[in-house]
Amino acid sequence: MSSGKVVAGFEIHYRGCLASDGTLCGPLPAFASDPELLRQLYRAMVRARVFDTKAVNLQRTGKLGTYPSCLGHEATHVGVGSAMRAEDVLFTVYREIGTKFWRGVEMLDVLLYWGGDERGTNYRRTPQDFPFCVPIASQMPQAAGAALAIQIRGEPRCVLVFIGDGGTSQGAFYEALNMAGAKQLPLVCVIVNNRWAISVPVSVQTAAQTLAQKAIAAGIPAVQVDGNDVLIVRDTVAAALERARGGGGPSVIEALTYRLSDHTTSDDATRYRSAAEVEAAQRIEPNIRMRAFLESRGLWNDEAEAALRRECGEAVDAAVKQYLATPKQSTDTMFDYLYAQLPPGLRAQREDARHYSALKT
Amino acid sequence: MGKMTMVEAINMAHAWEMAQDPSVVVLGEDVGANGGVFRATAGLQQRFGKARVQDTPLAEGLIAGAAIGMAAEGLKPVAEIQFMGFIYPALDQIASHMARLRNRTRGRLTCPLVLRMPHGGGIHAPEHHSESLEALLCHHPGLRVVCPSSPARAYGLLLAAIREPDPVIFLEPVRLYRFARQEVDDDGRALPIGSCFVLRAGSDLTVVTWGAMTVDCLKAAEQMAAEGVSCEIIDLSTLAPIDFDTLLDSVVKTGRLLIVHEAVRTAGLGAEIAAIVAEQALYDLEAPIRRVTGYDTIMPLYRLEHDFIPGVARILDGIRATLAD
Repeated sequence: MSSGKVVAGFEIHYRGCLASDGTLCGPLPAFASDPELLRQLYRAMVRARVFDTKAVNLQRTGKLGTYPSCLGHEATHVGVGSAMRAEDVLFTVYREIGTKFWRGVEMLDVLLYWGGDERGTNYRRTPQDFPFCVPIASQMPQAAGAALAIQIRGEPRCVLVFIGDGGTSQGAFYEALNMAGAKQLPLVCVIVNNRWAISVPVSVQTAAQTLAQKAIAAGIPAVQVDGNDVLIVRDTVAAALERARGGGGPSVIEALTYRLSDHTTSDDATRYRSAAEVEAAQRIEPNIRMRAFLESRGLWNDEAEAALRRECGEAVDAAVKQYLATPKQSTDTMFDYLYAQLPPGLRAQREDARHYSALKT
Repeated sequence: MGKMTMVEAINMAHAWEMAQDPSVVVLGEDVGANGGVFRATAGLQQRFGKARVQDTPLAEGLIAGAAIGMAAEGLKPVAEIQFMGFIYPALDQIASHMARLRNRTRGRLTCPLVLRMPHGGGIHAPEHHSESLEALLCHHPGLRVVCPSSPARAYGLLLAAIREPDPVIFLEPVRLYRFARQEVDDDGRALPIGSCFVLRAGSDLTVVTWGAMTVDCLKAAEQMAAEGVSCEIIDLSTLAPIDFDTLLDSVVKTGRLLIVHEAVRTAGLGAEIAAIVAEQALYDLEAPIRRVTGYDTIMPLYRLEHDFIPGVARILDGIRATLAD
């Protein structure tokens, strides 16, 4: 195996600038000179978390279906959202509410979706974005296709696609990256490595040292970043999007973070991971360090924090109120969006559903 | 325009629609310089350029998935899967996303695309190149599944498929690709999706079939006519959603139904047709519904393929048995 000359090699670089205590461990990105933007990033992270906490509680009290918490992923999700342009296309998995909120998806939408109502996928501000994608990695080929469409039309837009650590084991992940590399598509893939695919840790998932290096085989530049550092996530993703927008081709960014919650509200993570590991991860979580950083710069204080919490709480309460007051859709809607026009053979079934639905009320 | 084969008609339909509609793009394995392994896309890349006729990496799931992303972004992809036996890796994209995108986004995102592929056997192809898997696709609401049976119908139905606002799976019977030449006008006129075609009117018995089996059924009807039996041959044409009105009208008229398909029998599309006719026209039937289909076996390698595919003899026996009941 070791004889013969070296014909290929690779290195994966790691980037980070905010240490877990909010001090700097690397150079600040240029945008950090804008204090309002820094505050905005933090506000979005807190907003996602306040919403998330409420959503889990709603599920626990029987008012929401199974829900996948985003606890601990706020920096990655918000960093990505803030780096994108409105006209770009977003493909997510199912946890990235921080990104969706940044792009104008409403709390009500997310509640409706996890509350069992398709109307929650009606993203009014970014109608080109795809809804949550549950079958793992199946968003990847679609994202590559959207990027191909953008390339064919020569538009200055990009596609950003999320995938999890478990998703990188799927064929669809490799297939899509392979085409993105071969066709130099305007695609940026963010691998959210939160260390756990339900109960399976990355070490069981793959023997690769990093998930970023999986891009190397597709000829795509890749980097690993501290996914709990919103500044480095935003900076790295923005640079990758800019490169792709200018015809520079795809990138892969592995964001190292940690799933502080159970996989979903149906999961019990204590069955497969230690309390000590979770406690260690809590010490390096993203929101604490961003607040400490802002405070160290004189950009934040306890009053600002209290006001933000109040504001987020009110927004969440208003969304929950609206969600709980939203009547379920008519059974007609099961049929009406199957095709542009309902095939005649389905009319009888639609009538049947109407009839039995009416008997229930 | 002249006489042409089905594969030439398919090529001509691509060219017509690409010339009319700049959003139509072709993608698939070997569809570019090579023009597709059956030459369905021959010359399109030379004429319309590499941006609009894209050779993809060799990955069926990717092709189907990429077509979804392209369609949602406003293009009209016409994607080729090289053989239907290779559809399995694409099923996740087809079932989980293509068929559902309009519904799961309440109409916000749609999937106007065509996924074309050769269907069936009979051309001495290798293993996995001769499958008839339409039932897998017809089981997914949100898809339209179309299977033409002549060059002219292939031309008109492919145009209709590309113009559809929803995803269409377009099954091209390989045995008919170069089976016969037919006059086809290159006039851009689409044929209706969602309607059966009555290929031969008759009064004694209805034969429902599709794709390459239409040829054998027409031959059988010809022979039966010599014996004084009048068979009505219906080409189902759109396999999902099915035009049951035409079918039921015919069965009510003739009182007898034979279903002929190449695919395996169990849970095949014939079972659905039989069930609907039994539910809605049982008292109009004068004989039990019969099926003549591929056997419930693995599609054999090619030396036995014509023993698997129902031929005229089996169809004739099916007709005679149904008439005798």
